[in-house]
Amino acid sequence: MKAAIVVFPGSNRERDAVAALEAASGTKPYLVWHRDTELPKVDLIVVPGGFSYGDYLRSGAMAAHSPIMREVKARADQGVRVLGVCNGFQIITEAGLLPGALMRNGALKFVCRVQHLRVENTDSPFTAKYAKGQIVRYPVAHGDGNYWADADTIRRLEGEGQVAFRYVADDTRADPRGNPNGSVSDIAGIFNAKRTVLGLMPHPEDAVEGLHGNTDGKPMFDGLVEALS
Amino acid sequence: MSAEATRAQERPVTLELAREFGLSEAEYKNALEILGRVPTFTEMGIISVMWSEHCSYKSSKRWLKTLPTTGPQVICGPGENAGVVDIGDGDTVIFKMESHNHPSYIEPYQGAATGVGGILRDVFTMGARPIANMNALRFGSPDHPKTRHLVSGVVSGIGGYGNCVGVPTVGGETNFHPAYNGNILVNAMTVGVAKADNIFYSAAAGIGNPVVYVGSKTGRDGIHGATMASAEFTEDSEEKRPTVQVGDPFTEKLLIEACLELMATDAIVAIQDMGAAGLTSSSVEMAGKGGLGIELTLDSLPMREQAMTPYEIMLSESQERMLIILKPGREEVAKAIFDKWELDFAVIGTLTDTGNLVIKMYGETWCDMPIAPVSNAAPEYDRPWEPTPAAAEVPDSVFDGYRLSLGEALETLFACPDLASKRWIWEQYDSLVGGDTRFMSGQADAAVVRVPGQTKAVAITTDCTPRYCLADPVRGGAQAVAEAWRNLSAVGALPLAITDNMNFGNPEKPRIMGQFVGAVQGISQACTALDFPVVSGNVSLYNETNGEAILPTPAIGAVGTLPDAMIAVGIAFQQEGDVILAIGEPGSHIGQSLFLREILGREEGPPPPVDLAVERRNGEFVRGLIHAGLVASSHDVADGGLIVTIAEMALASGIGAHLPALDNAHPRALFGEDQARYVLAVRPDVAATVQEKAKAAGVPVTVLGETRGTALSTSAGEIVSLKRLKDVNEGWLPTYMAAES
Repeated sequence: MKAAIVVFPGSNRERDAVAALEAASGTKPYLVWHRDTELPKVDLIVVPGGFSYGDYLRSGAMAAHSPIMREVKARADQGVRVLGVCNGFQIITEAGLLPGALMRNGALKFVCRVQHLRVENTDSPFTAKYAKGQIVRYPVAHGDGNYWADADTIRRLEGEGQVAFRYVADDTRADPRGNPNGSVSDIAGIFNAKRTVLGLMPHPEDAVEGLHGNTDGKPMFDGLVEALS
Repeated sequence: MSAEATRAQERPVTLELAREFGLSEAEYKNALEILGRVPTFTEMGIISVMWSEHCSYKSSKRWLKTLPTTGPQVICGPGENAGVVDIGDGDTVIFKMESHNHPSYIEPYQGAATGVGGILRDVFTMGARPIANMNALRFGSPDHPKTRHLVSGVVSGIGGYGNCVGVPTVGGETNFHPAYNGNILVNAMTVGVAKADNIFYSAAAGIGNPVVYVGSKTGRDGIHGATMASAEFTEDSEEKRPTVQVGDPFTEKLLIEACLELMATDAIVAIQDMGAAGLTSSSVEMAGKGGLGIELTLDSLPMREQAMTPYEIMLSESQERMLIILKPGREEVAKAIFDKWELDFAVIGTLTDTGNLVIKMYGETWCDMPIAPVSNAAPEYDRPWEPTPAAAEVPDSVFDGYRLSLGEALETLFACPDLASKRWIWEQYDSLVGGDTRFMSGQADAAVVRVPGQTKAVAITTDCTPRYCLADPVRGGAQAVAEAWRNLSAVGALPLAITDNMNFGNPEKPRIMGQFVGAVQGISQACTALDFPVVSGNVSLYNETNGEAILPTPAIGAVGTLPDAMIAVGIAFQQEGDVILAIGEPGSHIGQSLFLREILGREEGPPPPVDLAVERRNGEFVRGLIHAGLVASSHDVADGGLIVTIAEMALASGIGAHLPALDNAHPRALFGEDQARYVLAVRPDVAATVQEKAKAAGVPVTVLGETRGTALSTSAGEIVSLKRLKDVNEGWLPTYMAAES
């Protein structure tokens, strides 16, 4: 599997994404600068976390209009898989690859913690290695992760199996809290209609090795490698 | 703007003006003598910040010189932007801690944010990629009307800056005490890594070499910030808000990437960030260290505001700016990199052989004075000081009338502001970005962060117990160093070096100066005994409001190393049935303990004695056990004593402890804060081996019990359930902050 990671000024989790992709695929991903207008031939495009352009406007709003995003949209239309994590989710949502919007966290504070999620749909290369309903732990680290869409859109997302991950509480753990940001329907991540694009707030790339305390994110990258190689 | 308009804004240089700028009459006369004339307005501004306490260390220098600063591991000690320590294989750790106290009190969000930004620049200016931030915070009483607002602003400011630049904030400490009501402390620490053969220093070299300005544009923010940081507060301090700078973490992130990219070429001769006193201190220090002169022409300097005067430009503390001396002919290479990152880049001057600082603008010269005489004449005072009188020991009669059950006492302690969970704070910090965080502090006695791309790791801690320092500054200073050393040892790291952030009141008062001198003496003793030199530091004096001083707070930031991040051990119990061992002598010392303050309502007695030889022996023993793979969980005994230590290990895991050895234990044994002690949990099959090794090493070891269930218990039954303890421990801070209006 060949992957490209799009780097904006202010991206800061691209190194984490490089490490996770390289560990899973054995191949170093390309790093593509925001001013570039072309992408190499790849099977997967990752838009990583961070604070693109400082997020001084609405998070992701400026990056969505950068030169490289036209190319990302064109590739996505051709069916190339796109993964947007955290700021990447905000960017691809602002760019129209996914419906809805990400607002300020309900508590108006940045939140960083390990979060329990339920895998809602395994019919995608991103989630194929999980069991439906499986509870996984990924860290979250964001200030603007409060997913919102109008009622019709939510009905469609729910009805079409486009909800990928949902925040859940887990009473068996030391820290049982659920939804960290007020997202509607506890939505943590969504697919596009064809399930070729995934955007999510939590960070699977920071849960892939023993040092991270759990490896629940690893099946996502292993699944992508398996499906796209 | 023109020369005439500039002159119209200037004021006559007189003793009165010098006083307003923070200089004494003697200092003003000295300036006249050195120049042989009355300084210009611009020169007066420059001299006053160069001679401010903040920049000149005039009260502290004499004592700082006595600190041990060398060792085989030290590549660069104090005097540069940060300290550099060898961690083997051609790798180094570069780190420093610095205060941003006064600005954070006046404008907590920006004050704290720019504190983080400033310390980051001190570290990456030397060529390091920052891998971790920490912070040590002291707030006033929770009952004080400003405290909530300050906690909220400082925490958001630290998070807002650190999260955006993509450097994980991996821990720190937070205390509350009424002595900080009018002067909070915000001490920020950054740790970075660099290759030993690619470290950058600040001494300028090469007459004729270009002086380059990069980063953000210069505005009028922060003018005389260094002067403000060198005076006591009064009730009108909020009027000083315009002297607080405004941070831009996005620009800082770009500046980090651009500087590191430039550092990978061979274009740089010297580089320094523009911190306190901005362009003045960076240009004067760089030229001064190189024994050269420097001539700046400010017309082309990137400015954010119109009609700025040379005085304003030289004293501005606008953030995210660096000064670089380039090799000749490398301007284009460098400019291309800063263009890529969309940062300002301007050649603003050259190095000269005159030894003078020359400032030109609008076709005229506004400053032309010799650097060395002015720098060398920076005052150095031997201020009178009084040793702190020894406190009387706490008599056994204090326990008369103590009737609480152990469970009730623990609940009280775990709900007190100093021990209450700080989750509300640290969840606002991105502690994981980079993917190299093994432990944040709280999960282990020190944070453990892997060196990017390698298996080895750096362990980091910040420590100070101000109530100890107030009662006995010498012992308190030594204890802060010993605790930092112990916290590194408790995770299995080899302690390497420290940075000291000395926060004290007004040094012109002999009692306060005595606290400073005592703390330096204590730090010195401990650093020498533990081979733990001071490689960088910062002094913040005049932390007083209306004559009320803070507790003496010599915050220690310390760094150690581990050959493999995965051998590090955290505090959480790992499984039921592990044997719980106490390493060190039984507890006995109750003076200045949290128990005494929180349960018995008394702040008295001497702090616990610090025996550095025992400290070293016990710490080396624990580190050896961890490296041998014999330890499941490890936690040093500190605030609250033995039983609090065990309870924290249980809370971190949800696994309880059965402790028959503590049946009917005296409060001194349970809550005494004697030093050089650890609690370990080990698998039952290695417990005997560990005990034998302890005996062979001459280290006292006691079996306390085993990990079991979901409560703490003795033979007499349950002390307290972990659920109950967790609720009170996690409840205090969110409940307190929820009342923020």
